[in-house]
Amino acid sequence: MTMLPEKTDKKLGLVIDLDICVGCQACVTSCKEWNTSGYSAPLTDIDPYGADPHGTWLNRVHGYEAGEGREGRTVHFPRSCLHCEEPACVTVCPTGASYKREEDGIVLVNPDTCIGCKLCSWACPYGAREYDYAEGVMKKCTLCVDRIYNDTIPEEDRIPACVRACPTSARHFGDLGDPESDVSKLVAKREGYDLMPEMGYKPVNKYLPPRPARDGRSSAGAPARLSEPQHTQPGTGTTSTADKFFAWADTVLSR
Amino acid sequence: MHPAYSVILFTTASGAGYGLLALVSLLALLGVIPPERWLGVALFGIAFFLVTLGLLSSTFHLGRPERAWRAFSQWRSSWLSREGVIAAFTYIPAGLFALGWVVFGNISPPWNIAGWLTCLCAIATVWCTGMIYASLKTIPQWHQPLVAPLYLFLAVASGGVLLNMVLRLFDRPADIAGGIALAGLAGAFLTKFLYWRSIDTASDTHTAEQATGLGTFGKVRQLEPPHSQPNYVMREMGFTVARKHAVRLRFLAVLFGFVLPIAATTFVLALDASVGLSIATSVLAFTSMAIGMIIERWLFFAEARHVVTLYYGAQTA
Ligand code: SF4
Ligand code: SF4
Repeated sequence: MTMLPEKTDKKLGLVIDLDICVGCQACVTSCKEWNTSGYSAPLTDIDPYGADPHGTWLNRVHGYEAGEGREGRTVHFPRSCLHCEEPACVTVCPTGASYKREEDGIVLVNPDTCIGCKLCSWACPYGAREYDYAEGVMKKCTLCVDRIYNDTIPEEDRIPACVRACPTSARHFGDLGDPESDVSKLVAKREGYDLMPEMGYKPVNKYLPPRPARDGRSSAGAPARLSEPQHTQPGTGTTSTADKFFAWADTVLSR
Repeated sequence: MHPAYSVILFTTASGAGYGLLALVSLLALLGVIPPERWLGVALFGIAFFLVTLGLLSSTFHLGRPERAWRAFSQWRSSWLSREGVIAAFTYIPAGLFALGWVVFGNISPPWNIAGWLTCLCAIATVWCTGMIYASLKTIPQWHQPLVAPLYLFLAVASGGVLLNMVLRLFDRPADIAGGIALAGLAGAFLTKFLYWRSIDTASDTHTAEQATGLGTFGKVRQLEPPHSQPNYVMREMGFTVARKHAVRLRFLAVLFGFVLPIAATTFVLALDASVGLSIATSVLAFTSMAIGMIIERWLFFAEARHVVTLYYGAQTA
């Protein structure tokens, strides 16, 4: 049913801390590992060892440079489905395979009824839907719907695989519809934001901005610029025979 | 956007087919086309062939063609579903109207109801096709008020050129059909011209800074893409055509799609040419139009830039 629910009881989603993410790709591989045998299994790879390997992944981590000079920084940027409140990916679906759950707001694709028309992927501004060329159906982040309610796994594992895997705790999971939840408080405190709010999709997932550079950062004693590199090898600036010998030995041994 | 050949074939063939269906039923009901048996066989034969070819090729585009019937279910929210429902439904009135015409030689009441319905449904189908694209906010070059009218004009133009050709082949009065073809061609040309002007002059409204929310630090550049080879998103949505090629292709689309068919159709209308020459010229008009339409449709996809490219290095979209 592709009409959107009036409102959802919960707004489950992720909060991603761009200040902390180190771009290690642990969430990416962990997501693939869980989901290739989970709800939307399999996540097929095409030509995995060949010249043009590509495949279905539900989570991607980009690396960007933002700004110049002292204010400039490298930002690792995880990107997956934002479980939008008003997602056109759902309303354009002709079959009802795409739907938004009334109980928790999770946006899912039913792999048994999807016809693989790909229109939903055109409608998503965030590139969150990846077509599985081998299965002929659309795949997307399920917010690990098969983990979070799964009482056959230990309680600490009942969170999305990406959140569980992140070694730096840059990913948080919770109910963003509840202002008292930890994730909502975190978003309020760190001024979390929406991606492309002008599209009007009202993403549930929030991003926490990188913190501003601390004042006095340059007082760590490091020079503002590295001095010109020395073009002389250690020892070559001297004339002692022993130094020359070690320099020669060093060159020979490191061949 | 990646121009898939199945979608190009689908939209051009079904556009011409539904355009022809709408014009044939309308002009027959108005008494402009005589409801003769073999003429009916030819006209409905061609229209059904094109429409079915279009629907089949759109089914080939699916990952799971055997489930295509499910697409009839979500007409309340999805333009694609609406298109499917009306496109399939059109077979019923069109089949009945063709039956009355070809078998009973009768298009007066009650057969005429089927005729009016055919005309209406054919137009509605083409409108839905246009709205599938026009409703996508993610692709600024498609999210335009001119897109759905453009699809309608192109359907009338290609249906009109086709009708003109068939009437000439049967040596039946074709001046009105020719006039409609000309009006359709002129309308489509004008709409396409305005469309191109609008996408060329509109400044991009989305930026990489908005997409990432990192604009507070300054300009955002892609440092490391998340994967070494293009993924589905890049293969499908990242396709762009070089400006230089686009200009050349626009020229060809205009030449084959509009200028030649207009010139040829005017020639047949204005000069009292022999039957042979009229036929040859109207066949030329149709062939040229078909080539032009395919180029136009390819460009419609290739010139469309999806906002997701902002995550993959595009600065604006
Ligand atoms: S991020 Fe894309 S796929 Fe996910 S709900 Fe929003 S529009 Fe749909
Ligand atoms: S690809 Fe599947 S989920 Fe997406 S719009 Fe088509 S039928 Fe719906």
